[in-house]
Amino acid sequence: MSAVLDHHDLAHDDHDHHAPTGWRRWVYATNHKDIGTMYLLFSFTMLIIGGILALIIRSELFQPGLQLVNPELFNQLTTMHGLIMVFGAIMPGFVGFANWMIPLQIGAADMAFARMNNFSFWLMIPAALMLVGSFFMPGGAPAAGWTLYAPLTLQMGPSMDAGIFAMHLLGASSIMGSINIIVTVLNMRAPGMTLMKMPMFAWTWLITAYLLIAVMPVLAGAITMTLTDRHFGTSFFNPAGGGDPVMFQHIFWFFGHPEVYIMILPAFGIISQIVPTFARKRLFGYASMVYATASIAILSFVVWAHHMFATGMPVTGQLFFMYSTMLVAVPTAVKVFNWVATMWRGSMTFETPMLFAVGFIFVFTMGGFTGLILAVAPIDLQVQDTYYVVAHFHYVLVAGSLFAMFAGFYFWSPKWTGVMYSETRGKIHFWWSIIAFNVTFFPMHFLGLAGMPRRYADYPMQFADFNAIASVGAFAFGFAQVYFFFFIVLPTMMGKGEKAPQKPWEGAEGLEWEVPSPAPFHTFETPPRLDVTATRVIG
Amino acid sequence: MNPSNTLSKMTRLGIQHAGVFLVSAAAWFSTAAYAVNDLPGGPAVNQLNLGPAATRIAEEVSWLHWMMLIFCTVIFVAVFGVMFYSIWKHRKSVGHKAANFHESTTVEIAWTVVPFIIVIFMALPATKVIVAQKDTSNADLTVKVTGYQWKWGYDYIKGEGEGIGFISSLDSSQRTMSDNGGPKRGEVVDDYLLKVDHPLVVPVNKKVRIITTANDVIHSFAVPAFAIKQDAIPGFVRDTWFRAERVGDFYGQCSELCGKEHAYMPIHVKVVSAEDYSKWVGEETKKLTAKADVQPVELQAVRN
Repeated sequence: MSAVLDHHDLAHDDHDHHAPTGWRRWVYATNHKDIGTMYLLFSFTMLIIGGILALIIRSELFQPGLQLVNPELFNQLTTMHGLIMVFGAIMPGFVGFANWMIPLQIGAADMAFARMNNFSFWLMIPAALMLVGSFFMPGGAPAAGWTLYAPLTLQMGPSMDAGIFAMHLLGASSIMGSINIIVTVLNMRAPGMTLMKMPMFAWTWLITAYLLIAVMPVLAGAITMTLTDRHFGTSFFNPAGGGDPVMFQHIFWFFGHPEVYIMILPAFGIISQIVPTFARKRLFGYASMVYATASIAILSFVVWAHHMFATGMPVTGQLFFMYSTMLVAVPTAVKVFNWVATMWRGSMTFETPMLFAVGFIFVFTMGGFTGLILAVAPIDLQVQDTYYVVAHFHYVLVAGSLFAMFAGFYFWSPKWTGVMYSETRGKIHFWWSIIAFNVTFFPMHFLGLAGMPRRYADYPMQFADFNAIASVGAFAFGFAQVYFFFFIVLPTMMGKGEKAPQKPWEGAEGLEWEVPSPAPFHTFETPPRLDVTATRVIG
Repeated sequence: MNPSNTLSKMTRLGIQHAGVFLVSAAAWFSTAAYAVNDLPGGPAVNQLNLGPAATRIAEEVSWLHWMMLIFCTVIFVAVFGVMFYSIWKHRKSVGHKAANFHESTTVEIAWTVVPFIIVIFMALPATKVIVAQKDTSNADLTVKVTGYQWKWGYDYIKGEGEGIGFISSLDSSQRTMSDNGGPKRGEVVDDYLLKVDHPLVVPVNKKVRIITTANDVIHSFAVPAFAIKQDAIPGFVRDTWFRAERVGDFYGQCSELCGKEHAYMPIHVKVVSAEDYSKWVGEETKKLTAKADVQPVELQAVRN
């Protein structure tokens, strides 16, 4: 019935080993395409769960006063919404793209460590169950915010430990996934695919994987210290025993800021593939794109304390972190300029992937500018911990990361499924999403500037109208994603739609378009011979 | 099954549903429109930008924000002007053929250096404000602010009023109101969730140094009209300062997640003239001495 679900017959002839079928195919999966599919489905499931939590939050905030949930549950909802979206939806989503596309893009047969790949996926399932299940534990889910600031975490019930354990598992999964990606990219490129000829998506993921390996252990350390503070009488962060709660924030954000770029760099990679395709013109400034990505990654290690201006750091500290943060604007601006220059004098068409890519550049840049405004420490003090920050990071994480994943889905799903999605429905999804997104999050800038703190279950009456608008927008945005799944994703997965040609996009370049659609179960089993640009297979 | 037929059915259904959704949303929305007025020193109804400043620093911050907003808007319009011009003119459907350029070292260096310079121009004025914000020396009055779950403790520790100390918590009727679904229609509560039993009282035009700490978890003491926000961290003391330039009531709210009643520990600062302040100090001191006289009796009662 399905293109994604049964294409492994295609490659059966030249293989005498028997690939497992039925449930074994998925549980014992070692094929990068199967694992990629599972990652993407997992990510979407978590997106929907996190989205439901968001909609409960927005329903409560629709009017002043408490109507649906009590403040305690409200805090649990905001905490779990953050954790689930960051660790369950966005990060695994990009790993799914990496699994599917990196071997295809660099001409490798599979990921380097196929069994470890299986393990890093299946580790996420118990982690996700523990995270979501924590709502049903005594005392409810963790309610200390996704940033898990001490010493509030020390007051949490047993679900906090479940949350910590879940994050450990997710971290281990991410580290294994990253090792896999680095080894694959560095060792398994087809002959002739030099690093500086590699597609941008593979490049951004290579850099992202290094970031992940660098910072996931830092998070693990922070939450382990929280765990021992909670149960074994240590006082790393517990002021009652002489510990330092601010130290937790330093450690957390030393992980947390690179984490932000972990969630956006692969998005940059996807956009850098789509814009040239639909502009029918090579990516402008390929080398500077690579350098800009690397610069953003390096800078991400020296900006962490801009999340902590309100903790009261010395004047030199504030100045250093303000300057370093503002510097991030430079490589980011270079990327936006390069995308615009790629479009300039191209021959553009606007199929859904391109719509999402242009939408990404436009709306993400707004998030980038509010980031620059937030970098200015005196302004940050005014809007720190208000809805301005909420607006800012949803502009970069939803309109940034999530829209890039939508763009990537429309771009590559013909290769995955062998059928074309419905262009009309794709366009409906795009316009519906981008309008609803802005209705939801744009008013939050005003709320934040007017001083409405975030993570508030109830608020002064003056904030009522913008909150009501945001709530209506949020529901519209949520329904858009339900539409996306049932009317776009599901039909393509079931193989309904026009048959996709090998290269559905006129301007597409790269090795993934050198294999049939849907991509056979095994591809590039022998290293392909590439032309001089490393975008075509010659024999 | 004919796909185009299904699609049109889908679209029709979709439009119907969207229509129903919009109508019900509008119905909701009309009920959401409450009677409320601007709260001077607190939020205004549908306020779009930072509120009116009551200190020099807050004025500077408003200015910085306008500067950043203008810089960013101009750049945004310029960059996306180019992009949308290109989208309009360089489309395949208008017959535009793709050019072949894909790099230019000169251009790339230029658009790396120019943002760098712009960023420096943004950072310079901000630097001056940071240095001023951080200078807590030579205060006329020092108040220690302690965050508790979920109220504020104010102790006047240096300057006129030294020795005064009290707890400030949200008006309990407003907390009940919140549990009951918020102010009812027709009920005008301009200071909803901002009304406290004992506001912090300070004199106008005097440099007030705020020392923050906390008793349990991290809280954050924030008053937007003064452009101050300082985390109150258990086990540590941090400080900030303000010099209010006009008499009036100013409001803020706890700005660091501190547990379930986080939304219910507002800050109310009452700025009064020097005479009124002395009068207030007099009354409070009298109350204190009265309490001190009473205390031994109470203790006696406890002992018995």
